[in-house]
Amino acid sequence: MSEYILLRHRTIPDLNQLEVYRQHDGFEAFRKVVTTLQPDEVIELVKASGLRGRGGAGFPTGLKWAFTDKKAWPHYVVANADESEPGTFKDREIMEKNPYQFLEGVAIAAYAVQAKAAYIYLRGEFWHIAAGLDQKIAEMEAAGLLGEKLFDSDYRLRIYTHLGAGAYICGEETAMLESLEGKLGQPRLRPPFPPSFGLYGKPTVVNNVETLSNVPMIIQKGAQWYRSFGTEKSPGTKIFCLSGRVYRPGNYELPLGTTFRDLIYTHGGGVPGDHKVKAIMAAGASSSLIVATEEALDTPMDYESVPRLGAQLGSASVIVIDDTVNIDWVLYKTLHFFSHESCGKCTPCREGTFWMRHIIDRIHSDQSSAEDVQLLGDVASQIKGKCLCALGEFSIEAVLSGLERFDGDFNARVTNGRGEELAHG
Amino acid sequence: MLAEKYTDEIVTILNKYPPDQKRSAVMPLLYLAQREQGYVTRQSLNEIAAILEITPTEVASIVGFYSLYYDQPGGKYRFQVCNDLPCALRGADEFLEKLCENLGIKVGETTSDGLVTVEAVMCLAGCDRAPMFQVQSGEGLAYYENQTVESTLQLIDDLKKRNPQS
Repeated sequence: MSEYILLRHRTIPDLNQLEVYRQHDGFEAFRKVVTTLQPDEVIELVKASGLRGRGGAGFPTGLKWAFTDKKAWPHYVVANADESEPGTFKDREIMEKNPYQFLEGVAIAAYAVQAKAAYIYLRGEFWHIAAGLDQKIAEMEAAGLLGEKLFDSDYRLRIYTHLGAGAYICGEETAMLESLEGKLGQPRLRPPFPPSFGLYGKPTVVNNVETLSNVPMIIQKGAQWYRSFGTEKSPGTKIFCLSGRVYRPGNYELPLGTTFRDLIYTHGGGVPGDHKVKAIMAAGASSSLIVATEEALDTPMDYESVPRLGAQLGSASVIVIDDTVNIDWVLYKTLHFFSHESCGKCTPCREGTFWMRHIIDRIHSDQSSAEDVQLLGDVASQIKGKCLCALGEFSIEAVLSGLERFDGDFNARVTNGRGEELAHG
Repeated sequence: MLAEKYTDEIVTILNKYPPDQKRSAVMPLLYLAQREQGYVTRQSLNEIAAILEITPTEVASIVGFYSLYYDQPGGKYRFQVCNDLPCALRGADEFLEKLCENLGIKVGETTSDGLVTVEAVMCLAGCDRAPMFQVQSGEGLAYYENQTVESTLQLIDDLKKRNPQS
C-alpha cells in the first residue's frame, strides 16, 4: 500500500511522540474544526466522506453523529476500544503505535456533537495501552490540546480512559454504556439508541477506534481525497486483520474492495504446506463460513460485495481455515467462545449457546448421531431473530453456514465415528 | 484499608466521572483492590460499596460478571493462554497442553509453590502472534507473544528466581 491513512507509524518513525505527530500536521485538523468550522459543518464533511463504522456494523459515521439529540444535554462521546472479537487486533496497533491520531479523532468527534467529556472504553486486557493513553492525554493537556478554552475558543474537552474487565459483550454499544455506568455489561433494549439515550441517559456517540482514527485525515485532506480510496459505497481504507493458516498473519491496511485472494496470497504469503484454503471467516468468530471457491477468493472485500457470498465483512477480521481442518472443530471453538461470552440477559442466547455447545461437544467427541447434527441446526434456527443484541445472532452464523456448506464434515463425523484423522479432528 | 493507602488514586478515579455518577468508579476501584491482594477480598468489597454508596451485593455482582476479577486467591502470576479459534489454528491448544504437562498441572490449576496458575482464556487480540498469553499479577498485565513452551518455561524460571520465598 503506497499511502497509509491509519497505520502511518509504519512509514513515520516515532509518530507516537507528540512532537513528531505535530511535525506531521498533528492536531491541525482539531484546530481547524474548533477555530473555523461549526459543529454541523464537521458532521457534513464526515458525511460527505462516506466513512462507515469500522467496528463491524458499517453504519455511516456522519449520520450517526447527526442523530445526536440536540434537545438533551450534556452529550458524550465514547470510543469503543473493547476489541474482543476473535481474529481482531487492529485497534490495538493504532492505540499502541499511532495513539495521537486516534485521540485527535476522539476530540474532533466530541467537538462535532459538542461533548465536553469523552470516554475511551478499553478491554481490561489493554491495561498497558490504557496506561499509555493516560500519559498521552496528560501531555495533550499540558500542551493546551485538551482542557479549557481550546485554541482560544469557548470549547473545552476532557478525555478519560476506562478499563473493562474481560467481557466480549461490552463491545456491544449499549452493554458498553451499562458497564461504563458501573453495572453489569448487558445490552439495553433498543430503541432508544445511544444518540438519544446513551451514557447516563444522555445523547451519546459511540464509535470504534479505527473509525475515529480516520477522521483527522478526512478533515485535513477533504472528503474527495478520502473517496479516492476504496469503492463508491465503501470509501477509504480498512485495516484487515489476517489470521489463521497463512504465512504472514498481521494487520494490512488496504483499500476497501481489495480481494480475498490479494490479502491471503499477495500480502499473507499464502497457506503453509501448500494446502488449499477451505473456508474463510471474514468477520472473526461472528462470521458465516465462506466456501473458498475461486469466485469467493476473487470477491472484493467491501460492505456490498461480501454479502453476495452469504457473509458479512464486519470488522474485516479474516480468519483463514485450510483443508486440514474439520469444520465441526471450528464450530466447537466458536461455540465455546459464545457460550462463555453470552451475558445471560436474554433466554434464546443464554440457553441457545449453552445447548449448542453441549451438542457440538457430543459431535466433536464422536458420541453423536445424525440426529444431533439436525438438532444443532434446529437450536440455531430458533435463536435467529430472537435476541436482544447481535451476540446471539453472531453465535449461529458459523453454525448454520457450516452445517449447510460443509455438511460432509459433519456426516463423516457421525457416520464413521472418529472418521479420518484430521489435524484438528 | 484502601481508602487510607490509596487516597489520591481514589480521588483521581472518582474525578473521571460526574459527581452524581460515582458508581461508574466500581471497575477501576476493583482493579485497585485486586492489585493489593491478587483477588477481591470481602473487606475491600464492602469498602468499595461504602465509597460508592451502593450495596456490597451490587459490587459482588460486578466481580462475578467480569472474568478479570477474582474472588478467590490464585497463583501469584496468572498465565492466561488464549486458545480461541485463530490462536488454535496456530497451535495454541498444543502449546497449552505441553506447558501444563511440563508444569505438572492441569489447565486452571496452580503450581505447588503457589507461583503460577495456568488458565485458558478467550481472545486477547493477539491472533497474529499466537501462541500468546497474558500474565496477570499485582504488577499489572503483560502480553507475551510468539511463544514456545521453552520460552515460557524460561520466563517461569525467571519469575521463580525473582520470588525465592514462594
